[in-house]
Amino acid sequence: MSALNILNRPASAGCDRPVLRERGQHEVFCGLTGIVWLHRKIQDAFFLIVGSRTCAHLMQSAAGVMIFAEPRFATAIIEERDLAGLADMHDELDRVVTQLLERRPDIKLLFLVGSCPSEVIKLDLSRAAERLSQKTLPQTRILAYTGSGIETTFTQGEDSCLTSLVPTMPTTQDKNLLIAGTMADVVEDQFRALFAAIGITNIGFLPARHAGEMPAVGPNTQLLLAQPFLGETVKALEARGATRIDAPFPFGAEGSELWFRAAAKAFGIAQERVTPAIEAPRERARRAVARHRDTLDGKSIFFFPDSQLEIPLARFLSRELGMRPLEIGTPYLHRGILGADMDLLPDALVSEGQDVDRQLARCRAEKPDLTVCGLGLANPLEAEGLRTKWSIELVFSPVHGFEQAGDLAELFARPLERTSRLRV
Amino acid sequence: MQLTLWTYEGPPHVGAMRIVTAMRGMHYVLHAPQGDTYADLLFTMIERRSKRPPVTYTTFQARDLGGDTAELFQRAARDAYETFKPEAMIVGASCTGELIQDDPAGLATALNLPIPVIPLELPSYQKKENWGAAETFYRIVRALAQPKPPRSGTHPTCNILGPCALGFRHRDDLKEIKSLLSDLGIAINVVAPEGASPADISRLADADFNVVLYTEIAGPAAEFLKKQFGQNFSKTIPIGVNATREFIEEICALAGLAVPVEMDASRLPWYSRSVDSTYLTGKRVFIFGDATHALAMARVAREEIGFTVCGLGTYTREFAREVRAAAADLGVAPLISDDYLEIEKAIIAAQPELVLGTQMERHIAKRLGLPCAVISAPVHVQDFPARFSPVMGFEGANVLFDSLVHPLMMGLEEHLLGLFRDDFEFNDQAAPSHLGPSKQAQPETPPDFAGWTVEAEKELKKIPFFVRGKARRNTETFARERGIASISVETLYDAKAHFGR
Repeated sequence: MSALNILNRPASAGCDRPVLRERGQHEVFCGLTGIVWLHRKIQDAFFLIVGSRTCAHLMQSAAGVMIFAEPRFATAIIEERDLAGLADMHDELDRVVTQLLERRPDIKLLFLVGSCPSEVIKLDLSRAAERLSQKTLPQTRILAYTGSGIETTFTQGEDSCLTSLVPTMPTTQDKNLLIAGTMADVVEDQFRALFAAIGITNIGFLPARHAGEMPAVGPNTQLLLAQPFLGETVKALEARGATRIDAPFPFGAEGSELWFRAAAKAFGIAQERVTPAIEAPRERARRAVARHRDTLDGKSIFFFPDSQLEIPLARFLSRELGMRPLEIGTPYLHRGILGADMDLLPDALVSEGQDVDRQLARCRAEKPDLTVCGLGLANPLEAEGLRTKWSIELVFSPVHGFEQAGDLAELFARPLERTSRLRV
Repeated sequence: MQLTLWTYEGPPHVGAMRIVTAMRGMHYVLHAPQGDTYADLLFTMIERRSKRPPVTYTTFQARDLGGDTAELFQRAARDAYETFKPEAMIVGASCTGELIQDDPAGLATALNLPIPVIPLELPSYQKKENWGAAETFYRIVRALAQPKPPRSGTHPTCNILGPCALGFRHRDDLKEIKSLLSDLGIAINVVAPEGASPADISRLADADFNVVLYTEIAGPAAEFLKKQFGQNFSKTIPIGVNATREFIEEICALAGLAVPVEMDASRLPWYSRSVDSTYLTGKRVFIFGDATHALAMARVAREEIGFTVCGLGTYTREFAREVRAAAADLGVAPLISDDYLEIEKAIIAAQPELVLGTQMERHIAKRLGLPCAVISAPVHVQDFPARFSPVMGFEGANVLFDSLVHPLMMGLEEHLLGLFRDDFEFNDQAAPSHLGPSKQAQPETPPDFAGWTVEAEKELKKIPFFVRGKARRNTETFARERGIASISVETLYDAKAHFGR
């Protein structure tokens, strides 16, 4: 399908591609990991995981790269006496929350984050959040969501978090553009400026940088996703009247162009008006991406499931850099949200879910030039002679939009560049 | 419920992973949800191991909970056996697995696998990582170690117990201690868990005695081997010159050998006595870590470098008694805690000039603008250095001298700083010049003694920041003892003369 026609595709497209579904050992983070970027994004929010020592250990190990003297996340560790019923879990939670808010009176928004243990023992955190909120409002709002690994995979934690924010968003009747999904602040600022040039100025970003600034939503809200892993958030926003704009994700020059054009179309703005606004950044993006084409053109790539960004990234790498996707693994495939990207994908095996040992066997057999995988697999695969790109970096770096397209390409080029440099 | 910002130890099943990951021919089937697979990256990223840990996670999901998670466990165990063909297997549950009460032990036994299957009970809501490692190693030894055949050789032999995955400098300590034992003429029967196969574990009893390097990991296994097979084990941890000498004496006694006359091979004694090191004398150090390393570092700091230990603590509650005794000997209050905030408070109160701690104390020291060296797990990727850097044995003592001294300001630099306090590029906030130009946070602590005059407060500011806290505290003590209500510049200098070093 030609790129611009993608904006006129029927909603049912993208559904006919066969998908390999696997159910075995998953080697992916749980949704708690989203806290690592969410707690930096919402600057007056605190994330309190109600879980086990394992949850606390996961956070500091996954975020072990993050050196903060005092992060805005913590774990209320469930202990034997809580489980044995010697302590009332809700009283204990009240005590911990009070202790926390006394220590951090600057916190405006506190998330109680459910974990595997809290889900299994059916600790009702939503109820706890409601009860505690009555004491702490208006100073601090308390919400609850689950980041548990039995219900969420890695980036789904953000979906779950944003879903919990939707009921707190103000209502509006105005026609506005709501962009959902955490992005770097600098990217948001670029997008705001570009949309203004196109003629869309009433824009909100979810999540906002501060708890009190969450954007408004209503029957005239056009919803544009910046991240593909927000299925539940979309449902909640649609229930509040928003209409989702179907578009490929804004990775690369082409992806970003189509994303802006889809928004313009939804606002009834002529495509001729979009062209001058995005021309200069699009050309810059093309030039920046082209610099890496020699390194990546014709190289094969294999994606292990991780962030749900795999499909849009494979689309970008194949269409703009000439890479050949062999397998595109995703932990969860939302066909509605990813339809436009799916339609632009070349032939490749798309797999959903995981059986890590089988997938490793496929990967070894295919010997891809580059393997995108999680931190647990990367060094072992490097040691076997495969070149890898850690997928977590794709979530932690500014990679959206025109100005970051070259940086995104560079993330994939660097492992290959390293191989060509090293003589040791 | 305990509010936790950072945790010193992971859950006990991570301890079990540290044992199996160190071993060969072993596999661990863990009833756990997908999030628990994060633990793999501890080994592959932080320690840069080139193989995945030999762990199969059942990764059950919410939708499985209504169905048959037990069947899921059995399938995972069967598949793991088929795929990895281990010589022995351990089975257990993580914190969430424990809650669903599927009985991995019974389920695994019912599979009738043709290999030893060792069940683990690691209570996640009571115990922690080191306990889990020690318990796992003990269970493996207990299940696999066979009685001793009649001895044929005459050379004394020993096992080395304790080195495992993700340990602080275990890899290099092992190399250093192996060479030390070989110099003494002692043959090594088995090293475990690091590098040991189930078959190796089965012949542990062949050795005459055991060398225990990390009591936190190998203590229970060594006790068992003593009780079961009459193997004695060493108790001295060879960290520092003096402890290494004592270790050699203890080993020679266990092996029935004469202690060699000439054995000192460390540069530390001369370096500490060389004139440059007078700037180390009496420097206040705060020490926190696992019990083994905290205790050993306290001794090195005091006896072998001449520091003043102003705080000593551990997160290893199992060894609280030993740490309390050592703290009493040093005249400081022991800190037995795994509450990061409490430890931060204690460090601020102790006003150290150097912090020796874990990755967590590195955060604290960074925030307070204090120099810091990491001397114990938990550690990060930079604490698995490429170079050979043991902390045990005589080479370990050399390494310790370097790592304890390196973060500090050099002697003359410190003096110059004291002379020209307002130098625009070389002042209070300057980092040691060999550590780059980074601007450090001001370690100001709010005055808790109201009676400072403006002039005295100003004078205090002229004192270099790294001794300012000490000067403030000494002056206040001095004033309190003499009933002085208002601290003037005079009082400040009176106190300086009184406490002067």
